[in-house]
Amino acid sequence: MNSQATATTIGTKAPTRERPEANLPGPIAWAKANLFNGVISSVVTIVLGAGILYALWGFVGWAFIRAIWSVPTTPSGALDPTTCRINHGIGACWAAIHDKWRFMLFGRYPYEDQWRAGLCVVLFVGLFYVSSNRRFWNKSLIYIWAGTLLVIGVLMWGGVLGLAYVPQDEWGGLPITLILSTFGLAFAFPLSVLVALGRRSTKLPAVKILCVTYVELIRGVPLIALLFMANVMLPLFLPEGVNFDKLVRAQVAIILFAAAYLAEVVRGGLAALPKGQAEAADALGLTYWQKTLKITLPQALRLVIPPLVNTFIGFFKDTSLVLTIGILDLLTASKTAMADPIWQGVSTEIYIVVAIIYGVCCYTMSSYSRSVERNLDRTRNR
Amino acid sequence: MAEEAPAITLDKVNKWYGTMHVLRDVTMNVAQKERVVVCGPSGSGKSTMIRCINRLETHQEGKIIVDGTELTDDLRALDTIRREVGMVFQSFNLFPHLTILENCTLAPISVRKMPKAEAEELAMDFLRKVKIPEQAKKFPGQLSGGQQQRVAIARALCMKPKIMLFDEPTSALDPEMIKEVLDTMVGLAETGMTMVCVTHEMGFARMVADRVVFMDRGEIVEQGPPTSMFENPQTDRLKLFLSQILRGH
Repeated sequence: MNSQATATTIGTKAPTRERPEANLPGPIAWAKANLFNGVISSVVTIVLGAGILYALWGFVGWAFIRAIWSVPTTPSGALDPTTCRINHGIGACWAAIHDKWRFMLFGRYPYEDQWRAGLCVVLFVGLFYVSSNRRFWNKSLIYIWAGTLLVIGVLMWGGVLGLAYVPQDEWGGLPITLILSTFGLAFAFPLSVLVALGRRSTKLPAVKILCVTYVELIRGVPLIALLFMANVMLPLFLPEGVNFDKLVRAQVAIILFAAAYLAEVVRGGLAALPKGQAEAADALGLTYWQKTLKITLPQALRLVIPPLVNTFIGFFKDTSLVLTIGILDLLTASKTAMADPIWQGVSTEIYIVVAIIYGVCCYTMSSYSRSVERNLDRTRNR
Repeated sequence: MAEEAPAITLDKVNKWYGTMHVLRDVTMNVAQKERVVVCGPSGSGKSTMIRCINRLETHQEGKIIVDGTELTDDLRALDTIRREVGMVFQSFNLFPHLTILENCTLAPISVRKMPKAEAEELAMDFLRKVKIPEQAKKFPGQLSGGQQQRVAIARALCMKPKIMLFDEPTSALDPEMIKEVLDTMVGLAETGMTMVCVTHEMGFARMVADRVVFMDRGEIVEQGPPTSMFENPQTDRLKLFLSQILRGH
C-alpha cells in the first residue's frame, strides 16, 4: 500500500507557489551597489567619471559648438577656407567634408556619372538586406544575387544602354570597398568550406596535403605582400596579351587570403562536433556528401557563427589595404580628397566620417550575427 | 534440410589499435532472426566488435560477412550493408538540428529515394510503435533521454533493416527511463528481428536472448543460452563478472 502511494507521487506536480516579488532596485540603489560600493569604488567612479566628462566636453566643443559648417565663396566662385585655417585645432571644419563628400564616396569616378556608383551602393545594401531575410533563403536568392551583380556591373562599367564607359581604374571609394568585400567573402566562404573538408579528409591524402599547404602558405604571408604579388608578379607569369585588370587581381588575392583564414574557422567547427553525429550518419548509409551537407556542416557552421563573423568584419576592413597597389577604396579616396590645397590640414574630420561608415557596417554585421544565433538557439533548445 | 545462411559471420577477426590487440580471433555466427546479447567488462572489445559489423571500425585480419556480403574496402558493398543494418548508440546521436520526424525521414529519403510523403507516413508508423508520435515536430533537445533513445530506434527502423545492432543502448539513461527503452526492444524482438545487443541488462538478456556471448580482453570466453550462462557459468572470468554486476542489484 505504502509503495503504491509513493509511486503515485513520483512525477506528479509538487504544490507550487508564487515566485517572491524581486526587490527591483531603482537607479539610485543600482548606482550605490555598482558604482559607490565602498571608498575605493567611489573614488574610482568619481575620477573616471570626471575624465570621461572632460573628454566628452572637449569633443562636443570641437565637433559641434566651435565647428565651422560652411565657408564663404570668393568672388571668383572658389571656396574661401580662411576661417577654417584660423579655427584649425579649435573646431572641426565640416565645410571641407561638405565640399568633398562626393570624391570621398566615389573617388575619381566621373562626376556627372556618380549617380551610377551611388545606385550601386544602394543595390549592395538592398542585396544584403534581402539576403539577411530568412524568407529568401532558397533558390531565388541565387537569381537575386546574379541579377543584382549583373546590374551593378553594367552600372559601374557602362558602355551599354547609353551609359558612358567608365574604365575600372577610375572607380573608387565606397563601391570599391563593397565590391572587394562582397565578392571576396562570397567566393572565399565556399572555397574555405571545401578547404576545411579537404584538410579533414582521411581518405584522400593528396587533397589533404594540398589543403594544408595552401592554408599554411597563405597564412604565413601578410596580405600586403600577397597584394603586391598579385599586382606585380602575376602579370610576369601570364602570357603576353593576357592581362586581368588590377581590381580583379586584388580581388583574387583577397579571396585566397580570406579563404585560408575562414577555412580554419570552419575546420574548428567541424572538429568540435561530437564524433557520434558522423557515425550515426554513416550507420544510416548516407553518402559522404549527404552526411556533410545535411548533418555535419550545418551543425558546424552554427557553432562557428561568432568567429566567422569576426573574420568577416576583419576582412571588410582589410580591403582598405588595396591602397598599397593604387586602388582607391573608401579610406584612400577620402584621404586623397583632402590633398586639395584649399583644405590643407583637414584630416581628423575625414577619419571620423570614414570611421562612422565602417562602424555602421561592422555593427550591422555583428548585430545581425547575434540575432541569427538567438534564432538558432530558439529552435535548437539545447 | 538445407541450413539457412547465417545473418552475420565473424571468422577469426583480429583488430589492433596501434599495438593494442583489441579483438583476438573472434569467431561467431548469428543466425537469421537470432537474438544475441554480448556482455563483458569495459574494455573487453564488445563495442569494437559490434562496430566492426557495420564497419564504423575496420578489422585488420579475418572475415566479416553480413547478409551474404563480405566487408571489404569496396564502398558499394559497404553501402549495401549499411542499408540493411540499423544501429542504436549509447549516446543516441540524434541530429539536434533536425526535428524528430526529419531525423527519421532523412535516410529513407536520401538513401532509399523514398518519396517524402511516404517516408513521413512510415516514420509516423514507427514513432507510434515506440509510443511517441506526439513528439514528431519537436527537436531532440526537447525530449528526455529515454524518448530520444526510442526515437533513435525508430530512426534506424525507418530504413527497414534486416539486422539491428545495439551498442549499450541503456547505459546513458537515468534508471527510470531504462524500462521504456527495454520494453521497446522487447517489442522489436517479438517481431523476429535479427538483433545483436551489447548490454549489461541481464533481465533483458534472460527475457529475449537466444544466446549470450561473454567477452573479455578481446576474445569470446564463453557463450550459450542465458539461463545456463547465468546460473551455471563455466569459466572463472564469467563467474567474477557476474558476481560484480549482480552486486549492485
